[in-house]
Amino acid sequence: MDRIPILKMGQYLLVTIQVDLYDRLALDLESDLISHITQTNARGVLIDISAVSIVDSFMGRILSNIAGMARILDAATVVVGMQPAVAITLVELGLSLTGVHTALNVERGIELLRTKTGGTIEPSDYDEPSDD
Amino acid sequence: MSKSIIGTLSQKKNQILTLWMRNQLSDGGLRDDLMNNEDLRQQSAELLDCLFDTVTDDTLTAPDAPSLAPLIDQLTHVSMSRARQGFTPRETGTYIFSLKDALLEIFRHERKEDSEQLLGEILLISKFIDSLGIVTFETFIQGREEVIMRQTDEMTEISTPVVQIWDGILAMPLIGTLDSSRALVVMENLLQEIVRTGSGIAILDISGVPTVDSMVAQHLIKTVNATRLMGAECIISGIRPEIAQTIVHLGIDLSQVVTKSTLASALKHAFASMRIEVSKANSRSF
Repeated sequence: MDRIPILKMGQYLLVTIQVDLYDRLALDLESDLISHITQTNARGVLIDISAVSIVDSFMGRILSNIAGMARILDAATVVVGMQPAVAITLVELGLSLTGVHTALNVERGIELLRTKTGGTIEPSDYDEPSDD
Repeated sequence: MSKSIIGTLSQKKNQILTLWMRNQLSDGGLRDDLMNNEDLRQQSAELLDCLFDTVTDDTLTAPDAPSLAPLIDQLTHVSMSRARQGFTPRETGTYIFSLKDALLEIFRHERKEDSEQLLGEILLISKFIDSLGIVTFETFIQGREEVIMRQTDEMTEISTPVVQIWDGILAMPLIGTLDSSRALVVMENLLQEIVRTGSGIAILDISGVPTVDSMVAQHLIKTVNATRLMGAECIISGIRPEIAQTIVHLGIDLSQVVTKSTLASALKHAFASMRIEVSKANSRSF
């Protein structure tokens, strides 16, 4: 069975969705990603959907869910590279993905993750210097 | 057999023109603001010349005969130009039909003695002028449609330009009312341009939008949300005081949207969020 690879890059997890997500795959991705966040103690998740051309409300909800769960685990979620047609569809469906950060491409997504998590790293490092 | 119909009429050409002009001038709906009497007289004279040059007694009964083409062309030209000048259909129709009155009046004098023939010829002329009237209407409507088509084309052409005003900052000045189809075009153009230029900030300037009702506001919010989903920020600028009042009175929630009163302040906000500092150049550096 297909699985979407989850790559670890430093403090962040990188997911590139190259195929159209069907429901089972999306659900698997959700649970895989959340368990990865716990295992690796990741501070951020970057999901690249630039190759996705079709979305439905389920996919929108999965993205929202991932962001919500990641936030509970203290990780920021950035969705990057959304196609105009996908953005219009999500808006027309009434899903504005509040709580999900977005960026134009992977590069800017990483930058955004750095600024989002960078501010919180230092105080926490300061509190627990022996952690890493 | 008495003289032919056209032969009789062409001898009285000047009289017909005078009568026709009198009919036109006495009409209450004369538009001397669109066309002065001199031009009107000239146009009428040309049409009359053309009429007597082309029409014979035979073609009176066959208004679609090929030999009448110059007359139809002339009529088309008159009708088209009237459509463009802004005459109403009634005024254009009256122009042609008042010719009938003039012709019939001439005939009444000419054929006093033979009422049977008079009736037949009046019917003939009447029919002929009516068919000219139909041609006039058809071309008039065609002319108006051309005007409308051209205006629509112009409007869609000018309606949705996306301009790059800074590296990474796009602006889209919206002019005219936003309906659903236009709002979709606006959204698509903006999003595509964001992808193409990789811009992080888009400014939607609505100073040219006459009214903002809940429908327009919803379209704007959708555009802002879609831009955000793409990973860019969208600022709405050019909100006039009365529009701000309407938005609040309608209870539209724009709290999730960055709004600025002018394009300049939106640009300033964009500079601030991109950490760009623009300052006056030192005069020595030139």
